[in-house]
Amino acid sequence: MSTKPALKTLYDEPGPRGKALNLIISAACLAGLAGGAVWVLSALREKGQLAPEKWLPFLTADMWRTYLLPGIIGTLQAAALAVVLATVLGILLGVGRMSEKRLMRYGCTVVVEFFRAMPLLILMIFCFQVFANYSLFPSTQLAMAAVVTGLTLCNGAVIAEIVRAGVQALPRGQREASIALGLGNGQAMRMVLLPQAITAMLPPIVAQLVVALKDTALGYQITYVEAVRQGIQAGSAYSNYIPALLVVAAVMIAINFALSQLAVTVENKLRKGRKPVVKAPDQQVAVPAL
Amino acid sequence: MEILTEYGDQLVTAFTRTIQLAALSAVAALVLGTVLAAMRVSPVWALRTVATAYVNIVRNTPLTLVVLFASFGLAQQLGITLVDPKSPTSITDSSFRLAVLAFSLYTATFVCEAVRAGVNTIPVGQSEAARSLGLGFTQGLRYIVLPQAFRAVIGPLGSILIALIKNTTVASVIGVAEAALLMKEVIENTSALIVVGLIFALGFMCLTLPTGAAFSYLSKKLAVRT
Repeated sequence: MSTKPALKTLYDEPGPRGKALNLIISAACLAGLAGGAVWVLSALREKGQLAPEKWLPFLTADMWRTYLLPGIIGTLQAAALAVVLATVLGILLGVGRMSEKRLMRYGCTVVVEFFRAMPLLILMIFCFQVFANYSLFPSTQLAMAAVVTGLTLCNGAVIAEIVRAGVQALPRGQREASIALGLGNGQAMRMVLLPQAITAMLPPIVAQLVVALKDTALGYQITYVEAVRQGIQAGSAYSNYIPALLVVAAVMIAINFALSQLAVTVENKLRKGRKPVVKAPDQQVAVPAL
Repeated sequence: MEILTEYGDQLVTAFTRTIQLAALSAVAALVLGTVLAAMRVSPVWALRTVATAYVNIVRNTPLTLVVLFASFGLAQQLGITLVDPKSPTSITDSSFRLAVLAFSLYTATFVCEAVRAGVNTIPVGQSEAARSLGLGFTQGLRYIVLPQAFRAVIGPLGSILIALIKNTTVASVIGVAEAALLMKEVIENTSALIVVGLIFALGFMCLTLPTGAAFSYLSKKLAVRT
């Protein structure tokens, strides 16, 4: 991400006085930041969190093999599985919401709105308890199943909206032409509309992957073996909570940042390549994924 | 029905906590997010860099981790508990305030991105006109650009608020007595799973659906027509 200003025209090119002022503000800002960092570091040092024995465990194989790697793998597994399932569910629900049949349309709308209104954590706790009580899954897979189910339902509802928005952004003539050629509604959707809408849908879906990845951390509360839980476990084993959390945070941020960049790249690639039928939705209302 | 009579009072208390968390964090996040957005479009290099780095780091951190950092890092290591240690309710107050702080810091990054997107929609002529009238950067931003930018992003801000309301459930990880924590307790002690699930679902829908409706009404009503 560049640090270039969004709009060059919000201000004039500064003159000598303006330049000096900007320099002073920059210096003050950096000095404040450095002061804060020094204070935090010295406070942590006083608590012994910077001692080498708190950090050395991260160089041992045991730390990674027992704690961090299983956590990271758990996070990636749940997120990957959930996104695949959510994409399928999202396309089904999204297409359902545009169906000709009223019952189908209303049904899908209710489902989508319900899961969009629901906090993921509530859903996970509920699924976990249901799966546990009716023993729908082997007990070792319980938490995983609950996390994936919750993520699938919540993200599926979001992707359904992305699909709907993508298809509705297509020019009306596309559908009309397909119908005129004798395609049915389902065929028109499957063979003409969806393939074209993919261009507009792909970047938000990749962005949704970041959301899913972050949200697996909610599995922490239903004992799912994911990165944050494993970080805490490692922290209690080596009594180095802060270093452990920092390492986990660094790993998560790196993965998510890479994925966010991927979303941007995909968007640019798609925009540069084949001329899309859909004009990409206006930047102005681009809702940041959260 | 017995569930409602047995847990009725607790339900009300828990959902009140949820609303408090969301409302306080929303205000703080709006303020902080706007400041961050102003920093990101400012002419000062350091402010831009710091704000950009902050947004990219915090936005990519799982919220659970942010909340845990507030609890483990700020409270336990740095001794920032945000309460008077002598007050009798210091422990619950502390976790509540830390949760509000964590939510504000996290949500502010999304507010910042939304506001910045809004600033980008304002035609160049607006800020050029502001400058030719002799307004400086901060004045132009305050009187001309931001008021219009906000009106353009009311919809996205509404989505952020809804996400925040749903995210308050994460506060249960540091023991704030809000809806998700109560649900965990109730659902383990009952056989009426579906009923409990529906009660909590309904509770959250009562919060999120009207919010969504209100914001989509506002965004239409306040949109800048050109």
